[in-house]
Amino acid sequence: MNTLKIQVWRGGAKGSFQRFEVPRHESQTVLDVVTYIQRALDPTLAYRFACRVGMCGSCAMTVNGVPRWTCRTHVDIALKSGNELIIGPLRNLPVIRDLVTDMREFFDKWARAKGYFEGQRTRRDDFAKIPPEGKDRKQVDTAIECIGCAVCYASCDVVTWNPDYLGPAALNRAWTLVKDERDVAGTGRLRAVAGDAGCHSCHTHLSCTERCPKQLSPTASIAGLKRESFLSLFGKSS
Amino acid sequence: MNARAQTLLWAVQRASAAVLGVCVAVHLATMVYAIRGGLSAAEILSRTQGSAGWFAFYSTFVLAVSVHAPIGLRSVLAEWLGWHGRGRDAALLALAMLLAVLGMRAVFGVFL
Repeated sequence: MNTLKIQVWRGGAKGSFQRFEVPRHESQTVLDVVTYIQRALDPTLAYRFACRVGMCGSCAMTVNGVPRWTCRTHVDIALKSGNELIIGPLRNLPVIRDLVTDMREFFDKWARAKGYFEGQRTRRDDFAKIPPEGKDRKQVDTAIECIGCAVCYASCDVVTWNPDYLGPAALNRAWTLVKDERDVAGTGRLRAVAGDAGCHSCHTHLSCTERCPKQLSPTASIAGLKRESFLSLFGKSS
Repeated sequence: MNARAQTLLWAVQRASAAVLGVCVAVHLATMVYAIRGGLSAAEILSRTQGSAGWFAFYSTFVLAVSVHAPIGLRSVLAEWLGWHGRGRDAALLALAMLLAVLGMRAVFGVFL
């Protein structure tokens, strides 16, 4: 039987890679590999997953140097060549243990970016009617599909250099709300996402867009925020 | 520095980059053209002295550099050296003024 050579991060911020050998199967995912290690080889291995179908955003890890959603990443794709997978926790996040990172700062930044809906309608009002072909709605058609996996955050060099930087996911979320006709946060949200910790720090490296497993473009969302915050200086919006 | 001021800095840096794009191209093309057959300092000065057009062009060039470079350095200092706050901004304001003074001194040198 074919076997895969695996190195898995063990420990917290300090630790080392532990070697395993795992049976190779057709259409095997990286999450399958990690699950095999925990169930058959070492039950103390800590990792996080839930849906296994690319919806929940909880299983992201660094695989051969690249942040990926492991449930939808086939071993074939992650390997490219050779026969060894090196699996570690996501970059730019504190490691709790093994492959599990502390996501608090990641989601706290969503809150700091006012990444929450602020409406004005009550239950006595009629439904808001948002036509799918509307200009604002079309601008966020893809951005609203974010699953919060933090792959973009782990890929972003600006987050590494400036730990206060809100990051691609939080800014992408803010952009979907800026373009939500029902939302009333307006310039308050634009102020929250502007400046040194916000959209203006983005260097447009496009790592987030390159790595996003949902093929979204946080870079485009951030560009939208830059445009919108500039126009808001003159009391306008795009 | 508040979000509004940082947004303005960003806009000014982009605008100055657009101006520099044109200025650098015109400057290089002029240099290449002017020295094709060999040109002395005296000949250059004879063309620039008293020329309002060249004075306006190089003044714009210098002021765009004075604005553009310190704003770019602001991010570099924060991200690479971890230098934030008013001390950094004051140092960069001084750098902007130094660039403007030295640059305009050179412009006046070839214009007057």
